[in-house]
Amino acid sequence: MNSLGTYLFISAALFSLGLLGVLQRRNLIGMLISIELMLNAANINFMAFNRFLAPEPAVGQIITLFVMSLAAAEAAIGLSIILALFRMMHSINVERAQQLKG
Amino acid sequence: MNTESFAQMAFWILVGLTFAGAAIAVFPRNILYNVLGLALALSGIGGIYLFLGSFFIAMMQLLIYVGAITVAIVFAIMLSRPLHLEIPKRAVPKVAMAAAASFLFFGAILGVLFRTQWTPATERGTDWSVETIGHLLLTRYDLVFEVISLVLLVAIIGAIVTAGFTRRLSS
Repeated sequence: MNSLGTYLFISAALFSLGLLGVLQRRNLIGMLISIELMLNAANINFMAFNRFLAPEPAVGQIITLFVMSLAAAEAAIGLSIILALFRMMHSINVERAQQLKG
Repeated sequence: MNTESFAQMAFWILVGLTFAGAAIAVFPRNILYNVLGLALALSGIGGIYLFLGSFFIAMMQLLIYVGAITVAIVFAIMLSRPLHLEIPKRAVPKVAMAAAASFLFFGAILGVLFRTQWTPATERGTDWSVETIGHLLLTRYDLVFEVISLVLLVAIIGAIVTAGFTRRLSS
């Protein structure tokens, strides 16, 4: 089937797309979506190394599961911060959120 | 058409779907298109996990990412109503710099990727079963498992507190 390089190339391209999104968007939800893309690219990397190189196939899958649950925690916290910010500033543009005091 | 080339074609269709979804998730200005593109890209990545040999992780991807995280983002969009706000103009130098930075990163990663000689482990197991994953989670990785559960609990409580306290303050 496909070689390791194919999967690594796909994941590198996905990660760069996510990086472009994080750097270029000003909408906080858009940035969060791009971060999810980057996490998924890292997951593809883990699974590819697990498939082609690793001594134990179960370990890579376990790491991928952990990354997924951390991504879920991160999304929950990020979205609640976005909600709080919207109530305070009536905007979710990061360039408006320059005020740190509550 | 034999099975091998059919599988190859299915793989490239999946990759195309993934990249189309990722492009929709990053480029359009409308946030709802972004979420739908993200769901498409995540489903495609689930299919790629199938090609990498893990049905379990593919199902988990569909369940956690497409089922939970995407729906949570849709909830946040509905609650914060960013659709009715004005969209500031995109600053061209910023976009150009972001594109240059991510392109540079892509080039660097590709350089590392194709110069490295990847050597597989000398002794490779063939045990892909879910039973082994569950067994390892409860024996060798039980501390990590507990800590992840604690992190999720703290994240849930923190999300409730963050989203709830500001409502009380502002109303």
